[in-house]
Amino acid sequence: MPDIRRSSVPQVAIRGVTKRFAVGDGEVEALGRIDLAIEQGQFVCLIGASGCGKSTLLRIIAGFEEPTSGDVAIAGKPITGPGSDRGMVFQDYALFPWMTVKQNIGFGPRQRQLPRGEVEAIAAEYVKLVGLEAAANRYPNQLSGGMKQRVAIARVLANNAGTLLMDEPFGALDALTREQLQRELLQIWARTRVTILFVTHSVEEAALLADRVLVMSAGPGRIAGDIAIDLPRPRDVSSPEFNAVRRDLARRLTSHIAPARNLETVD
Amino acid sequence: MSEQVTALPDATSQAAPDVPSAARRRGRARETIRAVALGAGFPLVLILLWDRAVAMTGTRLVPSPHAVAVMMYDFAFGGIYDDAFSATIFTHIWKSMTRVYGGFFLAALIAIPLGLMIGRVKFLRQLLDPTVNVLRPIPVTAWLPLSMIFFGLGPNAAIFLVFLGAFYPILLNTIFGVRSVDVRLFEAAAMLGCKGSAMFREVVFPASLPSIFNGLRIAHGFAWILIVVGEMTGVPTGLGSVIMDGRTLSRTDLVVTGMIVIGVCGFITDRIIVAIGNRVLQWSPQHHA
Repeated sequence: MPDIRRSSVPQVAIRGVTKRFAVGDGEVEALGRIDLAIEQGQFVCLIGASGCGKSTLLRIIAGFEEPTSGDVAIAGKPITGPGSDRGMVFQDYALFPWMTVKQNIGFGPRQRQLPRGEVEAIAAEYVKLVGLEAAANRYPNQLSGGMKQRVAIARVLANNAGTLLMDEPFGALDALTREQLQRELLQIWARTRVTILFVTHSVEEAALLADRVLVMSAGPGRIAGDIAIDLPRPRDVSSPEFNAVRRDLARRLTSHIAPARNLETVD
Repeated sequence: MSEQVTALPDATSQAAPDVPSAARRRGRARETIRAVALGAGFPLVLILLWDRAVAMTGTRLVPSPHAVAVMMYDFAFGGIYDDAFSATIFTHIWKSMTRVYGGFFLAALIAIPLGLMIGRVKFLRQLLDPTVNVLRPIPVTAWLPLSMIFFGLGPNAAIFLVFLGAFYPILLNTIFGVRSVDVRLFEAAAMLGCKGSAMFREVVFPASLPSIFNGLRIAHGFAWILIVVGEMTGVPTGLGSVIMDGRTLSRTDLVVTGMIVIGVCGFITDRIIVAIGNRVLQWSPQHHA
């Protein structure tokens, strides 16, 4: 399990990050200036229309892409590339197809050169955490989408990642499986207290999962709203309070999809 | 916790592979019999046509199937002609195999690591790709004179020619395999703490393995094709040299016998490679041949 440490240093600190891509002869400004601090253990959802740069921001935090300017620090340590302190969960799973469920989950511990028995034990523990004991020796192509995503989540948790970066992880799943995985993710979060940064374009999903929702606006990508959600958990999606939050998020989101009107400042 | 998780299984998690019923097993057996009957029946028809054609034209230049069968028996067990070729089949097969697999494994040993690196490292790709593509269209037979100068008369020249023929299919398929790996897999491995040579060992190589196996299979076929050319370089034993001797002696029954033995050896060893591939690549659904 990741360490549970409370400290004044934010788990994720983003300072002055911008990103420009070269496109043909010109340049596209994908991200304007982003400043952001996420506390340890927070569940943060990042919502925005497609193309607003939310995935780019996530990929910069993951270390897959370098920001044009600015820097990102995890638990006070500036990042220099992909690292095992952050775990990315991709929409298309990115499991290693030649490894069984257990081998996929044990991949991180194996890279740390832990003794074989210890790798086995960690893999078994996380296979159990996501309820895949019966499928432990299957290959990814023998799994459903929901099971694949459970493996992907277990894989980063087994690697002791203190920060989970999730890029529309449930976007490709059917509604029932998605609901179930949302519930399971909340259980896992409650149990491990990892910090989660979760990209989605679903207002409903953000309202259900997050402590805090960041609304992004496009052209260039900026954080246009920062909303705390303090509904009690487990959340009742049919309650008037939940609906109010959902309506509020939807209103803020659509106001930013239309050409920028009332831009709120980031606190 | 896990109880809660498993309390609501999604329908697909129950999809265990179902046990084949007796009826389905019978159906599959019938299918196998059918495949064998068709696959073996066609060459039998060809042999029949060959026999009729030789009989009707009365040619003495092409041997009849019967003459080849007699030669084959003598080649394998002796006791008919009792000449230099009687009962020598295994010597020739063994010699040819040492050259086929000498060249083939040498090619695999060099082409796979090289292909992995060319596929992954841009500098090497820019450095080597044009050269590879200039050398590749040169027919292996064109190397024959040079290979005899480099390696002299003997088995090494044969191994070199087989190596050349097997090298490019393995190299190109390996490069293609690396280039077509989903970039996300490299990202996923990097974020899990995999780097440097471990990345090659743990991700690049296994991810490219389906394509590498395709290359190995094609190269293995070329290796058997090239054995005749390779053994033209003046080696006394080997299936290729048997065919060359048959040509010199105008013994077409010997030539055809050598041809058939090469074909059968190539077929059986190809089946073995496919079986190994299916075993190693059981994770890859598109690879079962």
